[in-house]
Amino acid sequence: MSTLSLGRSLAALVAVIALAALPYAIKEVYYVNIASQILLYAVFALGLNILVGYGGLVSLGHAGLFGIAAYVAAYLLVAGHGHLLAIAAALVASLVATAGFAALSLRSAGITFIMITLALGEIIWGLAYRWISLTNGDNGITVPARPAPFGIALSSARPFYVATLIVFLIAIAAAGIFVRSPFGAALRGTRDQPRRMNALGYHVWMIRFWALMFSGLLSAIAGILFVYYNQFISPQALALTASAESLLMVISGGAGTLFGPVVGAALVVIVKNVVSAYVERWNFMLGAIFVAIVVLMPEGLVPGVARLTRSIWRSRTRAKPNLPLTMGPRQ
Amino acid sequence: MTFWLLLTINSVTFGGLLFLLSAGFSLIFGLMRIPNLTHGSMFMLGAYFGTTLLSGALGIRFGFWLAAIVCAIEVAILGALMERLLLRRLAGQELAQVLVTLGVSFMVADLCLMGWGGDPISVATPPGLNGFVRVGAAVFPLYRLAVIAIAVIFALALWLMLERTRLGAMIRAGVDDPQMARVVGIRVSQLFTIVFALGAGLAGFAGLIGGPILSVYPGIDQDMLPLALVVVILGGTGSLLGSFVGSIVIGFIYNFGQALLPELAYFILFLPMVLVLVLRPQGLFGGQIL
Repeated sequence: MSTLSLGRSLAALVAVIALAALPYAIKEVYYVNIASQILLYAVFALGLNILVGYGGLVSLGHAGLFGIAAYVAAYLLVAGHGHLLAIAAALVASLVATAGFAALSLRSAGITFIMITLALGEIIWGLAYRWISLTNGDNGITVPARPAPFGIALSSARPFYVATLIVFLIAIAAAGIFVRSPFGAALRGTRDQPRRMNALGYHVWMIRFWALMFSGLLSAIAGILFVYYNQFISPQALALTASAESLLMVISGGAGTLFGPVVGAALVVIVKNVVSAYVERWNFMLGAIFVAIVVLMPEGLVPGVARLTRSIWRSRTRAKPNLPLTMGPRQ
Repeated sequence: MTFWLLLTINSVTFGGLLFLLSAGFSLIFGLMRIPNLTHGSMFMLGAYFGTTLLSGALGIRFGFWLAAIVCAIEVAILGALMERLLLRRLAGQELAQVLVTLGVSFMVADLCLMGWGGDPISVATPPGLNGFVRVGAAVFPLYRLAVIAIAVIFALALWLMLERTRLGAMIRAGVDDPQMARVVGIRVSQLFTIVFALGAGLAGFAGLIGGPILSVYPGIDQDMLPLALVVVILGGTGSLLGSFVGSIVIGFIYNFGQALLPELAYFILFLPMVLVLVLRPQGLFGGQIL
């Protein structure tokens, strides 16, 4: 973290204080809940971004990993077990599933990887949908109550937001350390030049494996937050649409940047809630945004806007020194 | 006994439908190197267009077979347009192309929901094929036999096209080595449009042909796409024989799974795919187009 300048640390501090003060600044509970949703999806998108942005492996099955954690937690909570056990079991189950994902999908990269993860995600969705004796099928599972860590009940919107914020901050710090570590550099190496990395003695498969595990862990945490937030889980949360939505968050914000997925999560959640309040054609909007971003701004909003501001800044600063050069030949 | 026989017939019929769907998917994948995630949408569009043509809402009442051909052409045109207008702009960026097809599939699904509503629409069996054929004690529904026959005819026609015609030879060359095909003067990008239109048309055709068996409902696109995906992973991309064998295998697994172990039907469906991925990643017939 020594690479962070003082200015950046200050900016981060201000951002954290602003985020913590947010629920007390806005009156309506509705908006506090939307902020919680943004943060929990941001954790999910952060996880997917590790794989997509830094590892160059596009997954269309991450909603399955998210969903396994959510379903295991919901199942155990309904069966009357404690929150600690439910959360621990959910994380373990999701990590085991992630390892299974890895064993089957990491034989390939690129398009084949997309197809395999898509199919694996569909398997998990199919199980949630059809294994009715376990998952209650399309009716889903309703979770009795949110937890009360250290005696603080999270049942109302504001405490739940603060808890989600704490989880989010830990997640983004972990993701930041992860991508800045030598391991993160190696992961980017396997994204850009897998064969050279292999020739240099790096174990490409193993690097990708741990990246996938980390991304699965963050997805599972988001899944647990999701099940506590909604106190309900149904197969819809695992469908291909959900995987595509999370991918849209990563790509729209900017894959391979730390804050891109957070911006993307905010964009998708806000558009989804605002648009669905007026029209019910959310899927059409999702598809249209997807197509527009891929065609028009493939690098995503955060790098795209950064590029624009940089080029504006440059054209301003360049205006003076450029003048003599362009005038040169005429003199 | 009758139960098993009927299940077998259903499996082969479903396999035939899957072949019509996945042959195009496989060819597109083989040639353009992308899974066309709108393929399920093309199937659904064909089916919905067909119900509109059959209902006579357009003033003319189409016969079933004429309607099937018209939908195939309509969907083929849509496929060609999508390839020309969207995918062509992203030439060489396979990842972006896949994401665009995913985005378009969501748009199509929602537009269909808007246009045809959320209730399933049943498609009447074409007149003349309502009956049954009796062989000894067994009874076979005539329409299902017709679907099997259609699938076999299309398989033969596609095989002849790929094996005997100039276009087929160009497609085979493009699947094998697109750069070398370009070097020897084949306009590979034109092939992309042709194959995309062909694949989309076949999927649209299959959509209406499958109508009397599956009916048409929102979400049928998301039901069919993974099946095509599994068939192609099983059979190997770009392989016609692979998609034929893969379709029949998946047809059996799907129907037997639904009948015997409905709770785990999806799991059983994807099991052979996983096995193939582990044991033979290029697919059963990967590397051979026919």
